[in-house]
Amino acid sequence: MLVIRRDLVDAMVAHARRDHPDEACGIIAGPEGSDRPERFVAMDNAERSPTFYRFDSAEQFRVWREMDRNDEAPVVIYHSHTATEAYPSRTDVSYAGEPEAHYVLVSTRDPEQYELRSYRIVDGVVTEEPVEVVESYMFAHTGADDTPDCP
Amino acid sequence: MAVIVSIPTILRTHTGGQKSVEAAGATLAQVIDDLETNHGGLKQRLVKEGALHRFVNVYVNDEDVRFAGGLEAAVKDGDTVTILPAVAGG
Repeated sequence: MLVIRRDLVDAMVAHARRDHPDEACGIIAGPEGSDRPERFVAMDNAERSPTFYRFDSAEQFRVWREMDRNDEAPVVIYHSHTATEAYPSRTDVSYAGEPEAHYVLVSTRDPEQYELRSYRIVDGVVTEEPVEVVESYMFAHTGADDTPDCP
Repeated sequence: MAVIVSIPTILRTHTGGQKSVEAAGATLAQVIDDLETNHGGLKQRLVKEGALHRFVNVYVNDEDVRFAGGLEAAVKDGDTVTILPAVAGG
């Protein structure tokens, strides 16, 4: 299950709309081991293509090094599909190299209504998971967004 | 000649969970061969048919080796080699 704040969902959808009809991509970093997406990072699609995406390797290096310094992990890795449903393609599965990430797909094929779904992709196996959108992490049983959640 | 090699999560099964390991060599190919002697199985995750696998990015310090000679990229004592899974798809 992916528990994610609404402003982060809005940011992914806005990025996907902005780059439509090309695919948009990026990550949401969170504290290592927390499974809690917090810091939104839109990445360049080096392919600038409606059917393919690839992080620019120099930008990826900088962003990954920054996460290392902050003790963060790429909790969410997102990209858009601009003409098909929000389901991982064969290339998405063959490239998926972060077994601990939530792979989020946003489809912008309908200009009125986006579709957003989340998956785990481990050793070539795709497992869809529910997405719970929350206003804040304070009572989402995820920790942080500045504490509460009574034990 | 020792270099530090930073290992991504997906390959840490080959390094007993270690995030970075030491290796030796004057080129990236030699570093990978040296890695293989201590951490069996890593080489085939990185190299395919004599070239770097397209699913991985390898950097010497902060330069992507694809633009620096690939497996023949020069490596010096004290350099850092970083391996990252390419993030891509369709």
